[in-house]
Amino acid sequence: ADIISTVEFNYSGDLLATGDKGGRVVIFQREQESKSRPLSRGEYNVYSTFQSHEPEFDYLKSLEIEEKINKIRWLPQQNAAHFLLSTNDKTIKLWKISERDKRAEGYNLKDEDGRLRDPVRIKELRVPTLKPMDLMVEASPRRIFANAHTYHINSISVNSDYATYLSADDLRINLWHLEITNRSFNIVDIKPANMEELTEVITAAEFHPQQCNVFVYSSSKGTIRLCDMRSSALCDRHSKFFEEPEDPSSRSFFSEIISSISDVKFSHNGRYMMTRDYLSVKVWDLNMENRPVETYQVHEYLRSKLCSLYENDCIFDKFECCWNGLDSTIMTGSYNNFFRMFDRNTRRDTTLEASRESSKSRAILKPRKVCTGGKRKKDEISVDSLDFNKKILHTAWHPTENFIAVAATNNLYLFQDKVN
Amino acid sequence: MFVRGLKRKCFDGEEDIEGTLAGIKAIPSYNLQRQSLLDMSLVKLQLCHMLVEPNLCRSVLIANTVRQIQEEMTQDGTWQMINTQSTGQASLDRLVSTDILCRSSREQAEGKHVPGYGTFNKDFEGDQGQDSSETMSTASSVQAPRNLQSNIWEMENPQENKGNFQKSLDQIFETLENKSPNSVEDLFSEVDNSYYDLDTMLTGMMSNTKMGHCDALETFSSPTNTASNSNCKSDLNELDHIVEILVES
Repeated sequence: ADIISTVEFNYSGDLLATGDKGGRVVIFQREQESKSRPLSRGEYNVYSTFQSHEPEFDYLKSLEIEEKINKIRWLPQQNAAHFLLSTNDKTIKLWKISERDKRAEGYNLKDEDGRLRDPVRIKELRVPTLKPMDLMVEASPRRIFANAHTYHINSISVNSDYATYLSADDLRINLWHLEITNRSFNIVDIKPANMEELTEVITAAEFHPQQCNVFVYSSSKGTIRLCDMRSSALCDRHSKFFEEPEDPSSRSFFSEIISSISDVKFSHNGRYMMTRDYLSVKVWDLNMENRPVETYQVHEYLRSKLCSLYENDCIFDKFECCWNGLDSTIMTGSYNNFFRMFDRNTRRDTTLEASRESSKSRAILKPRKVCTGGKRKKDEISVDSLDFNKKILHTAWHPTENFIAVAATNNLYLFQDKVN
Repeated sequence: MFVRGLKRKCFDGEEDIEGTLAGIKAIPSYNLQRQSLLDMSLVKLQLCHMLVEPNLCRSVLIANTVRQIQEEMTQDGTWQMINTQSTGQASLDRLVSTDILCRSSREQAEGKHVPGYGTFNKDFEGDQGQDSSETMSTASSVQAPRNLQSNIWEMENPQENKGNFQKSLDQIFETLENKSPNSVEDLFSEVDNSYYDLDTMLTGMMSNTKMGHCDALETFSSPTNTASNSNCKSDLNELDHIVEILVES
């Protein structure tokens, strides 16, 4: 199994898609409740697997283009088929996943095994009938959106109009129509005329969940810009600029690096947005630009280890974050296969671990704690014992229920709320 | 990935065994830490992946860190100290091919003279398409961060790179040609062996054997100027990479 690089529930939560480093997409479907297996509700089983992207070679630059799936975004379901967008560094693809559970039998011109019948032998005409067959799930690429990005795509976001979507790379954001593959509009371009003056890149972008003219993008300098597409065709000038003033007492050489935002997500209600930087998660009120309304420390104990984390490159890890359906809890990953949840109302936070040892099927997860100094208590783990290779970068929360999907390197964990 | 570890300081003859930062009993001075961070950053920037495009966000963040350190060092006055150290020696004896390799064509045209890693004065002569030629030339100093940046970002402009590196190659050849035997020996004697590990590693990354002269160049590294060593290796990487494109296209 390959390293999972993205996890995403669809709009209903019945399907869960994962993308991996090998360019594959695996879709899980939620089991329906049935009398014979009363506990089966809540289980997700493999629904479809397909190869979305293949490795490519850019001959002009003499460089490989990785097939790793950077992001998957579902489209809302409009008919029996399911549609999703998947992207690697350079190319976005629209996939149609459809079911086939019937096949036609009784053709006139060919046998059941496909051999042509001798026309002389046909004595009568018959109408083919549909007979049930084993369910087959097919995935087919319906659109390929290529050659629009010079730099590596880091985000895609479907617009609330369900007709357009944006794709963002390090320096540019493009707007696409789902039906049109040979043209896209550039809506943000932060590439300087002289590349030597480059000091800031785009790290994530997302459309507002309700306002189809609004999107945000975050930068490596810890800023978020909200843009309104009605104001101009090229949204280089932001409508709102979100930045928290730096705390001068905690300034270090790593300040900028740890302020770089790795993920930005609007709340479901569209009033807030959440950003993830290296050490914290911040919730912003869209009406207040000068500071976030809430800040949660994910792993503050790493602040004294920044130099080592810079040395082993962990400081550049891009953690994602997500909201629950009610926007009352936020979740993000950490190291040692730990992931953290913050209840916005009670201000309580939990640390849980996604690993085989600590989570047998149906067992309740035990909260974990990292010892930051002094004596280590019995169940605590010390900072120096943390495994920095076990990082949880991708998590997803079911849109309406308390189901979460946690990707730990090449394993996918699914957790649900305690069933009473 | 290869990263040079932080230098550990020995105090009172005691050697510290623990590897973690927190475990070091004798905390290195701020300047030493800063210098280590700078060295580490430069190595990170220069070890580019030959096959896959390097992560632009990471490169930008590291480059910003380098710039920040250099700004602080300039304010401190420690920057000047490094410069005077280098220029104290006879500039002709030293090859900082880095600077030549790192400059973009624009900078070379403008002939910038900014304090940087390794310093010479040079009358720039850009002779494109020239093979190892006779005229003596020495490199001029350029601001290192700009060099690094132009290296990283110029992945996008292979055409521009070809022009730059062709010029750079010419200059290196010119300088090499004109070394007297004595000075060549002197150069060899000054080679800092501690960087051979880096050399071997980076040479291993170079797949293109046509760039044989690069190996020769590596031995001419400036011993006192650690940063320019690193620069040299990375640019040779770049060179190799570009020549691959040139040859294959």
